[in-house]
Amino acid sequence: MDTAFTILLDGLTYASYLFIVSAGLTIIFGVMKILNVAHGSFYAWGAYCSAYFVGQFAEMGLPDWTGFFAIAGSAILVGAVLGLLIERVILRRMYDQEEILIVLATFGIFLILEDVILLVFGVNPYFAYQPMAYLGSIELGGITRDVYSLTLFALAVVIAVMCWWGLNKTRWGLLLVAVIHDKEASMAMGINVQAVSVATFVIGATLGALGGAYIAPTVSVAPGFAVDVIVLGFAVVVIGGMGSIPGALIGSVLVGLLRALTVHKMPELELFVIFIVMSVVLMFRPEGLFAPAKARKI
Amino acid sequence: MTISIRGLLKGAVISGLAATMALTSMPVAAKDKIKVGIVSFLSGPAAGPFGVPGRNGAELVVEALNKGTMPAPYNSKGFAGAQLEPVFVDESGGNTKQVAEYRNLVQKQEVDAVIGYISSGSCLSVAPVADELKRLTIISVCGSPRLFEEGDRSHVFRTTGHAVGDSVAASLYVRDKFADAKGYTGINQNYAWGQDSYKFFDLAMKTLNPNISASEKPQFPKIFAGQFGTEISTLSLDSAELVHSSFWDGDIEAFVLQASVRGFFKEKQFISTLGASAVDRLGKKFPKGVVMGTRGEYGILIRRGGSALNQWFVKAYRDKYGAYPLGPSYQYGQAVLALKLAMDKAAEKAGTFPDQDQIIDEFKGLSWDSFGGKISLSQGNGHQAVHPVGFGITDWDDEAGEPVIKDVKFYPSECVMPPAGQTGLQWLEAGMPGSTCLK
Repeated sequence: MDTAFTILLDGLTYASYLFIVSAGLTIIFGVMKILNVAHGSFYAWGAYCSAYFVGQFAEMGLPDWTGFFAIAGSAILVGAVLGLLIERVILRRMYDQEEILIVLATFGIFLILEDVILLVFGVNPYFAYQPMAYLGSIELGGITRDVYSLTLFALAVVIAVMCWWGLNKTRWGLLLVAVIHDKEASMAMGINVQAVSVATFVIGATLGALGGAYIAPTVSVAPGFAVDVIVLGFAVVVIGGMGSIPGALIGSVLVGLLRALTVHKMPELELFVIFIVMSVVLMFRPEGLFAPAKARKI
Repeated sequence: MTISIRGLLKGAVISGLAATMALTSMPVAAKDKIKVGIVSFLSGPAAGPFGVPGRNGAELVVEALNKGTMPAPYNSKGFAGAQLEPVFVDESGGNTKQVAEYRNLVQKQEVDAVIGYISSGSCLSVAPVADELKRLTIISVCGSPRLFEEGDRSHVFRTTGHAVGDSVAASLYVRDKFADAKGYTGINQNYAWGQDSYKFFDLAMKTLNPNISASEKPQFPKIFAGQFGTEISTLSLDSAELVHSSFWDGDIEAFVLQASVRGFFKEKQFISTLGASAVDRLGKKFPKGVVMGTRGEYGILIRRGGSALNQWFVKAYRDKYGAYPLGPSYQYGQAVLALKLAMDKAAEKAGTFPDQDQIIDEFKGLSWDSFGGKISLSQGNGHQAVHPVGFGITDWDDEAGEPVIKDVKFYPSECVMPPAGQTGLQWLEAGMPGSTCLK
């Protein structure tokens, strides 16, 4: 019983991490049809800024809980600055190009931003453990767990609810859904598609940065640590269906639970489980589990 | 007089042969400068804890040797009198890129030798190319025993020990300090280094600690995974008390941060063969009581005291880089020392500036005093180094405000390394015959 409960908790915690990382990626793809490789850079910059500011707060003698403000502030700062900069300066000029060229452009942006990280932050790792240490630990299912990882689950739920509410219950969300379905018709109806695209890209970038900023206290923030995140994020988005928030959520939970099960029961399969799931889904539903319905043009 | 074409050709061939013979028998002209490629991770997650400290160790020793400011016996200036010009190259980017970079160093930049390689993947990829291009290559850190077990190498040397020694020494430390432990398991990265390290530890435990049983679920997460929550849960639920790990780079730091909060180190006895960089980086956050190794007589195990050469190295490194030298700093530094020694000896024997073959002849079986102690190239036909391997237990020195290692024990090379001619795996599977540490 304890093992089953532990697998469930481990799976949901990992799923939360995957969902936070992939939500921004799928939102940007859904609206803008951009497979944004630079999403890994938002994650990395969010993590670096968060680790830097948490460290600075600690050096200034501020209490450990102030680190949470550093995390939130870093995500917003990185999302707003990098998101706006990349969308307005580079992507805006490429919307008429083929999708593959835009993917290459975002890959180029990713490589450049990785090198800029080296220039700004150097090669030594940054640590921001104070928020995790502040929340301490709790005993659940016979083993000790850190409370911080459990808050990751809460954060994922908040993001999922906000996405659902934003898309379904607000005017902006309805405009977004219209643009997702048909950009040309939306323009014809007077929707400012450009403004929707900018806002979407900044929100997606902020979510990517939030993933990195929130993970920063649990890891060693070092050069190159965002590379894996892109692969994981893409895998989850492909499983769930490109551009679908519920798909990203279900894909994350599926992968998270299966991964936890294999780590506990067959650790040798852990490396492959995410790709096995992806392969099976692609074999039977190449568009992913919850790909948004496409309007048929006549 | 008539000259036939056949006669002309014969004359040309004879003159060509004569010229070639004359050239090869001529002494090599003395050189003012030699160019040496120094390869380590300068970007990516391994740069901070491994690549940059390694590069710094090489740079420090090269500069001191060029100026002649190192203590005896390395106080003569230069390398066979020549100044060494380092060409620093980034090791990140994967094995294919490393092979291309190596070819570039040898064929375009025309370096006289190459020193470096941290990753087992890099060194195993580059070694056959080094033999093909016939360029002296000194592997400084890479720990895979396969480097010389899969065949003889003509131009490749490794100036540090390999994973078999690390794993056997860890198992011996368990026998000496935790003989009553209830079971062992492991968490190692899922690639050659991690899998080999645990396999060797497992086999050594079966010989040295037969009463301690192995877990059926050792963990092998992806390298640079960063997230170990599920693995920590699995290890916590496992009844095994000892946890072996060859984690390095950001993975050891992330694991320690995530496991510390969960009280993992109070419940389990963690044995880290390669996590010493995290001890310094995490400072007081690094838990006390962890069994820690540095793959030899390196880094935190010997930073206080030791030989005059070691004291010079620690002080000079701290003065220049503002930090203690780590294991890779020692390993790169001692590779440079070995090159100097081989070149100086070859020059002395040749009476002039030595060529590469003469240097290689001196390199084979070389034995030298390094910062931590004596190192001998006594395996792999004189190409593979052996030296003692040490372990100790992490602690914190309140007075100095820095981490320390207590209860340090070094195990001699005859005890932890397989005899010449046997692979590590064969030796371990046979129960380590001939090891001087078998009771």
